[in-house]
Amino acid sequence: MIDVIKGALLLGGAAFMLLAAVGVLRLPDLLTRLHATTKSATLGVAMIMLAVALHFGEVAVVARAFGVILFLLMTAPVAAHTIGRAGYFVGSKLWSGTLKDELRPNYDPLTHELKSGMETEANATRQSKDSDTR
Amino acid sequence: MKIVIFITLAVMTVALCLAFVRLVKGPSLPDRVVALELFSTLSVGIIGVSAIMTDVASFLDVSIVMALMAFLATIGFSRFLERGGPRDD
Repeated sequence: MIDVIKGALLLGGAAFMLLAAVGVLRLPDLLTRLHATTKSATLGVAMIMLAVALHFGEVAVVARAFGVILFLLMTAPVAAHTIGRAGYFVGSKLWSGTLKDELRPNYDPLTHELKSGMETEANATRQSKDSDTR
Repeated sequence: MKIVIFITLAVMTVALCLAFVRLVKGPSLPDRVVALELFSTLSVGIIGVSAIMTDVASFLDVSIVMALMAFLATIGFSRFLERGGPRDD
């Protein structure tokens, strides 16, 4: 029984990793490629590490396998965020079918200044009052 | 079980080859960094499968270190890009 579950986890993990690689090869721009790798590959590694935990069945190995899963789940989004941010700043092109780029009108690439899009003259010159919580 | 492990390794090798194509082709440096990150994630998986294949649990330590190095490399590359790396390549 354990062998069947283990085999299914291994094959599923490999399939998700293949999916991530196909996505990275076929998708049109940087952000969609990030979308493919960061989720699909993390899920694939998580399934394979579950199979490893089932295979050994000792406390130390299971703890390490879950450590790998936890570490990947924590670091993959951070890495994807930083590289996506760097790619946007460097000016990598978005896909021609992109519908919405909400950063474009509010962000100045030279000064790295980000506006909220709701600035008014009254707000810019407004003084803070004593009753404001700091 | 042997056959399942071999199929898994073959599929992951194909995935590595596809990621390598993107690494060579990648029109800009961020694309290559994404491909490299996928590389290291795939190798973590391959190390896990080889731990099952050889019954050696110490391979898991290698995969932990590999995941850590990949994360640091990605963070370093993105810092380098933001602080004025090559704009186009």
